[in-house]
Amino acid sequence: MTTIEEVVPVPSPRDGGTDGTPLLEVRDLHVEFHTREGVVKAVNGVNYSVNAGETLAVLGESGSGKSVTAQAIMGILDMPPAKIPQGEIRFRGQDMLTMSGEDRRKIRGQRIAMIFQDALSSLNPVLSVGYQLGEMFRVHQGLSKKEAKAKAIELMDRVKIPAAAARVNDYPHQFSGGMRQRIMIAMALALEPELIIADEPTTALDVTVQAQVMDLLAELQREYNMGLILITHDLGVVADVADKIAVMYAGRIVERAPVHELYKRPAHPYTRGLLDSIPRLDQKGQELYAIKGLPPNLLRVPSGCAFNPRCPKAQDVCRTQVPDLLPVTEQDGTELVGRASACHFWKETIHG
Amino acid sequence: MPDVTKTDIKNAVASGPQAALQLPEPKSEKTRSLWGDAWRDLRRSWIFIVSSVLIVILLLITFFPGWFTGVDPTSGDLAKHFLQKPRLGNIGSPDWLGYDQQGRSVFARVIYGTRASIAVGFGTTIAVTVVGGLVGMIAGYFGGIVDSVLSRLTDVFFGIPFLLGTMVVLNSFQDRTTWVVIGALSFFGWTQIARVMRGAVITTKQADYVHAAQALGASTPRIMFRHILPNTLAPVIVVATISLGIYISAEATLSYLGLGLNGVSWGNDISDGGNQIRVAQWIMLYPSIMLIITVLAFIMLGEAVRNALDPKMR
Amino acid sequence: MGRYVARRLLQMIPVFIGTTLLIFLMVYALPGDPVRGLFGDKGGSPQVIAQLRHQYGLDQPILVQYWHYMKNMILHGDFGTQIASGRPVTDVLGDAFPVTLRLGALAFVIEFVLGIALGITAGLRAGRVTDNAILLVTLLLISVPVFVLGYILKVVFAFNLNWLPPNVNDSTNINELLMPAIVLATASLAYVTRLTRTSIAENLRADYIRTAIAKGLPKRRVVGVHLMRNSLIPVITYLGTDIGALMGGAVVTEGLFNIQGVGGTIAQSIVRREGTTLVGLVTILVIVYLLANLLVDLLYAVLDPRIRYA
Repeated sequence: MTTIEEVVPVPSPRDGGTDGTPLLEVRDLHVEFHTREGVVKAVNGVNYSVNAGETLAVLGESGSGKSVTAQAIMGILDMPPAKIPQGEIRFRGQDMLTMSGEDRRKIRGQRIAMIFQDALSSLNPVLSVGYQLGEMFRVHQGLSKKEAKAKAIELMDRVKIPAAAARVNDYPHQFSGGMRQRIMIAMALALEPELIIADEPTTALDVTVQAQVMDLLAELQREYNMGLILITHDLGVVADVADKIAVMYAGRIVERAPVHELYKRPAHPYTRGLLDSIPRLDQKGQELYAIKGLPPNLLRVPSGCAFNPRCPKAQDVCRTQVPDLLPVTEQDGTELVGRASACHFWKETIHG
Repeated sequence: MPDVTKTDIKNAVASGPQAALQLPEPKSEKTRSLWGDAWRDLRRSWIFIVSSVLIVILLLITFFPGWFTGVDPTSGDLAKHFLQKPRLGNIGSPDWLGYDQQGRSVFARVIYGTRASIAVGFGTTIAVTVVGGLVGMIAGYFGGIVDSVLSRLTDVFFGIPFLLGTMVVLNSFQDRTTWVVIGALSFFGWTQIARVMRGAVITTKQADYVHAAQALGASTPRIMFRHILPNTLAPVIVVATISLGIYISAEATLSYLGLGLNGVSWGNDISDGGNQIRVAQWIMLYPSIMLIITVLAFIMLGEAVRNALDPKMR
Repeated sequence: MGRYVARRLLQMIPVFIGTTLLIFLMVYALPGDPVRGLFGDKGGSPQVIAQLRHQYGLDQPILVQYWHYMKNMILHGDFGTQIASGRPVTDVLGDAFPVTLRLGALAFVIEFVLGIALGITAGLRAGRVTDNAILLVTLLLISVPVFVLGYILKVVFAFNLNWLPPNVNDSTNINELLMPAIVLATASLAYVTRLTRTSIAENLRADYIRTAIAKGLPKRRVVGVHLMRNSLIPVITYLGTDIGALMGGAVVTEGLFNIQGVGGTIAQSIVRREGTTLVGLVTILVIVYLLANLLVDLLYAVLDPRIRYA
């Protein structure tokens, strides 16, 4: 069925951010899941923001809360068992959490879009690719079937799927993994959204295909001047594409930094551990380093700093006091823009 | 034991300049296996509790009918009790559920009929599981020609509608004892288990631990029984439990058609009672209730077990 | 696709032979003599009996009889003769079949519409009160044997309430067919409901539903298009196989409501030991069943693009 939808009336300059408001701002977000085994605190006070044309990479292990945050932004969490006890998610200044369901739905897909990890299970197996792509136009813009199909072919061309016109009626399982991911990207881009959230878009792909997909994403982002939130656990992917990085652990942001700064001078033991775990050619012959221990059980988060059981530098204060996310400065106190760390000993970590 | 245990990974200690000598907090979660989890879920499921209690009661009635009634279900006093109405106040006494057209206590017949149904139910299920399980296992494991032949054979038996087939077989026996009925039901019932087992074996066969066992030179029977069988048990158990209820229902239906057990059975009573339906509804009513409860108990049990074992419902 | 069909048809041949042979053996190798039965208690003279037996070919070895039967069937479409009436089995079937067809069709509509509706309702509210209630009721329905249900409905609706007639005299009257159709549909209805419910509940948690929501599609569309197209596949295929079962003769239901359909005729032929009629009818049933299975498999391929037979 086709309906014509009005976009939510929110001030929306296409190039965004000229008045200083970030495209998307997450403030003090908390998300909990009420399960029969207890309350899982998946997200515990997350703050981050993205501007138009900017790429924010959110890094973390499984269970760090990065996907849940993204899903909260999209508004696709199952509200029982999930609950958002506090926080704001501001899109162009307006808090989406206080919007009606209908208003939020209109933003979804049209203005904020999401790309998921496993394209095979994320695409409907019994509907053709052309149908699923065209659906965006039919539902949100009221185009006819024929027009929508033409647009679908156009989209497939844009993401460089060969022989798009011939393949528009094919089904997802008939494409290779990389092609499917491109289709997902195409679907997200269809209505030229202002913000795209990519949740581990390349994890299921081979390395060479990964590179192609990331290049494509970067190119399209530049073309449309979109904001991009890239969620991943792969440090290699991040280095090329991101402008700034937020590292998450146990539902909180533990470090924030522009991309090069993070790699050069991490200010949190966890980040340092992640970087040290990357195998390097000049380490050949030596034993690989791994952060000892496991991610915490979110039903029973450790007291104080959640990372303390695994931290090589943990002291008593780490076990009792939760560190705030504090700005990181040079040794002489000069401000380092965009850097923050949630560690009692960030000074020692960054400056040695 | 099935290789589906999930134990916490031992914590690796990192070597390198920054490794401290701290050990992580001790793990407080017990090991979780499919059967352990299933049992825990079952214990909490009210369907399981209710159905188990019912089945225990039914088994008691089967083995110790004397505890429930002292009256002989086959002898009736026409003069005294012809079509006597139930006295619903006298719970447990012979006249509680009334008397039938031959002066026999309906209550006593309900009690003793339990034995027939339970015997047929369990007997058929065991026979069907053994035969069907074997066929399914062999077909699934060996594949190829063996599978083709056995599958066609299964299809052949499957092609004859269950009720019709059993009717034909039973019709040629004058003396339909419990064994005969079990035999007739099993003759067509094994196909269902065979299919389920075959499917489960084919899925399990592809697992890596089976390849490993084969590479290590384990003998075929050993692989089949120690490695594959435990992992195929789950769906088979579910189907078998539910089938038990269905077989009891089938026996009653055959009795209704005049082709069931010769002795005391609910099906016979319901069928006879149907003739008296306008004047003495209780003759049919109480065995019916008992039958429904019994079948329901087994089907509920099967459901509870399926919910507990189904990985998707966790 | 054509090759797949051809392969399946070839596979069906040994099964067809096996099944018909099995039923043939079951009928004829077991004790009982239909010819003698014709004479009832009077008994007949041995010569007449012998003559009749010769006429019907009953004095030949079993496998020879089977061979003749198959030959007649395949070459002449002759499925045998009903001994009691002397009519060809195909005629007997011709009388009984339309009745069963009407009954089966009505039952099918009931289980299709009601089953899917209930299943959708339960599935969308999985885990909540409505769902649990529906699950419980369906369990109960499965547990009640068909004939018990028939009796109960008869007693309540026909005898006590007088809403519907207790027996079917005129099988073209829907009013009269309604109760037997409901009885017939009940067990399948329960299965359809549960199958639909499970399918919907499972698919609701699938990734592609999450994607559909993330695309900003209205709930109506997510459920009505994305969910349904996937969830209903196993249900439709089950209903397809059930058609074969419905045609297969609702022996009990027809007996209970005095319906002269295929099931009733088969039951009669069993009791009367009319081997020819029985074998003939079952053979036809088997053909219908095998073809129905093939059609269902093909239907599955149509509904689910992931299954396309090369």
